[in-house]
Amino acid sequence: MSPSQIIHKVGAWLDHRLGLSGPLIEAAQHPVPRSSASWWYVFGSATFAVMVLQFLTGLCLATVYAPSADRAWQSLIYLNYDQPLGWFIRALHGWGSNFMVGLVCIHMAQVFLFGAHKYPRELTWLAGVVLLLATLGMAFTGQVLRFDQDAYWGLGIGAAIAGRTPFIGGRIVKMILGGPIIAGETLSRFFTLHVFVIPGLLISFVGLHLFLVLRLGINEWPMPGRIVRRETYLAEYHRMVSTDGEPFFPYAAQKDLVFIGLIIAALIVTAAVMGPIGPNGEPDPAIIQTVPRPDFFFLWLFSAFALLPPWTETFLMLTGPVVAIGLLFAIPFISGTGEKSYRRRPFSVMILVLVFMTIGILIYLGTYSPWSPHMEAWSGAPTPVEYVKGRTPLELQGAILIQAKQCRNCHSLGGQGGMRGPALDETATRLTPDQIVRQIVQGGGNMPAYGKNLSPAEVNAIVAFLATMHPAHQPPAHNAARPALARVDQR
Amino acid sequence: MFQHPAARAIHDERMNMSETASPSRNPAAPPAQPTSRRVFLLRLGILLNAIAAAIFAVPVLGYLASPMRKFAWLSWISLGPLEHFPEHQTRLATYRNPYTKPWDGMTANIPCWVRREAGDTFMVFAINCTHLGCPVRWFQESGLFMCPCHGGVFYSDGKRASGPPPRGLYQYRHKVENGRLWIKAGELPTLGEPLA
Repeated sequence: MSPSQIIHKVGAWLDHRLGLSGPLIEAAQHPVPRSSASWWYVFGSATFAVMVLQFLTGLCLATVYAPSADRAWQSLIYLNYDQPLGWFIRALHGWGSNFMVGLVCIHMAQVFLFGAHKYPRELTWLAGVVLLLATLGMAFTGQVLRFDQDAYWGLGIGAAIAGRTPFIGGRIVKMILGGPIIAGETLSRFFTLHVFVIPGLLISFVGLHLFLVLRLGINEWPMPGRIVRRETYLAEYHRMVSTDGEPFFPYAAQKDLVFIGLIIAALIVTAAVMGPIGPNGEPDPAIIQTVPRPDFFFLWLFSAFALLPPWTETFLMLTGPVVAIGLLFAIPFISGTGEKSYRRRPFSVMILVLVFMTIGILIYLGTYSPWSPHMEAWSGAPTPVEYVKGRTPLELQGAILIQAKQCRNCHSLGGQGGMRGPALDETATRLTPDQIVRQIVQGGGNMPAYGKNLSPAEVNAIVAFLATMHPAHQPPAHNAARPALARVDQR
Repeated sequence: MFQHPAARAIHDERMNMSETASPSRNPAAPPAQPTSRRVFLLRLGILLNAIAAAIFAVPVLGYLASPMRKFAWLSWISLGPLEHFPEHQTRLATYRNPYTKPWDGMTANIPCWVRREAGDTFMVFAINCTHLGCPVRWFQESGLFMCPCHGGVFYSDGKRASGPPPRGLYQYRHKVENGRLWIKAGELPTLGEPLA
């Protein structure tokens, strides 16, 4: 017997018992509207493919990773440097998670724009929302398993948010952490979530999602003016696929396959070029010289927490996620019928653009966090040379104090230093010396009061220096009601 | 024979509609015997399974939620002899969390800021910013604690100076005994349970 005959016989033997070839062929050949065998319809299958790769690389990592607070970081270092190809598997898994989050967001935007959440595919959308949340859950728990300083303080941020819950905040924190502090049981809990709970959720909801796609048929390309009505849609869709349909395999599947191949190639190249993500410093809470930042998929939340008015924060932190997830679930019930085409749904397009722009801008802001003091600026960013040229000894003393008193952590000079407060390069054009004194001594507008930590002589020196901070062509601000000021300054 | 899923869907839909139109689905079937053995066994089976599930859920949920129980997490722990803390200075101290497991490793080494005003007057601050828990750093020269995450700033006595924190730094209860500084520690402080 030739090999192909053997394969055929084995296949026939199996199928006689399993009886799966019929349903499988039927599923693969289910007709899709010719219009939806489009390059716009490839993102869901690509997300699925990356998820399968995540399962594979995750399985590999689990064979070496030590899910124990005292050894996890060391096992990551071992994976990066000692385990043969460990660095590459970690890189594939880390970058794969970025790819998966990106693809799932693109997929969601696409189905929303194409009205695929409308009747009769509401449940498909709901399952998709669960899958989005599960993907983000994998991203967050995965970041925790990369048990480094960012993971440790990221857990601290999560605990601090949970701790704001009225009445039971403290207990919720302990439930999340598995104990009174971030320690061994915290990592074990997040390991369980990342490796058992959420993957189980993903598998079951991917199954539901795909079953619904097969049962209800793929969304047709939305045509402006083609209205979805509960009474007529199914018959119209059936007519469409029977007159203008093609079997999914190979007519639509070929584009999916090409795109999946490209995505996997891109992932392999990215992983090989960029290498594994982290870990950064050891998760030792006693090392406080750290600047914790979440991965990009939560960086926008991190930014929002800095920019929201503080009095709204507790309320928004606790209600915001509930409202946002509730709205996602509600979308097919708010707009379950009617126009599908994005050309006739300006409000939906606006919301989508607004959400993506907001998240994008917040992520961009998070990459340089202008609200955070630059902890090393006072000792690491010297006063620009041109600012000390031709200054009096008193003014120079002021320049020294601006470094020594950590002013530079929040105020930049020559583009270096913190951005929390205004740059000091042209302070004198905005504030009179009196106003500078008041601002330094009393603080205000997000600046601490320095009255107790600066002697009057020190304040004088700083003000003398700042009064020189104006461009040559622009005079310093002056109080017109107090013409004698110049004489006072000279004394 | 090949049948298209959408066609099936339409079929199902029609079936559903006819179902709602005539509630008695199978009028030919005899009326169900409410006390037949089969119905009794089915109900008994469901009941037994529900009871078993409830009994089973108690230990599982109790196990998973055990960290939420009331428990004396806090206990007195020494930060070292008083000589380690010069007057009018703020120093970083680290203690081993009193409630710990062998596999906690370095994560049970908790830092805190100790301010010795004068003599036996101390203030012991948690490392965690009251905004979102990041580690605040002390700057001797300007007498400020600064947070690297969202720009919270605190004065040397722990009071909020600027930024988003809703309150001053968390403080540990402390005492001086046998020439050593003791604090009551053991929990990550949050707004829900701010230590003292």
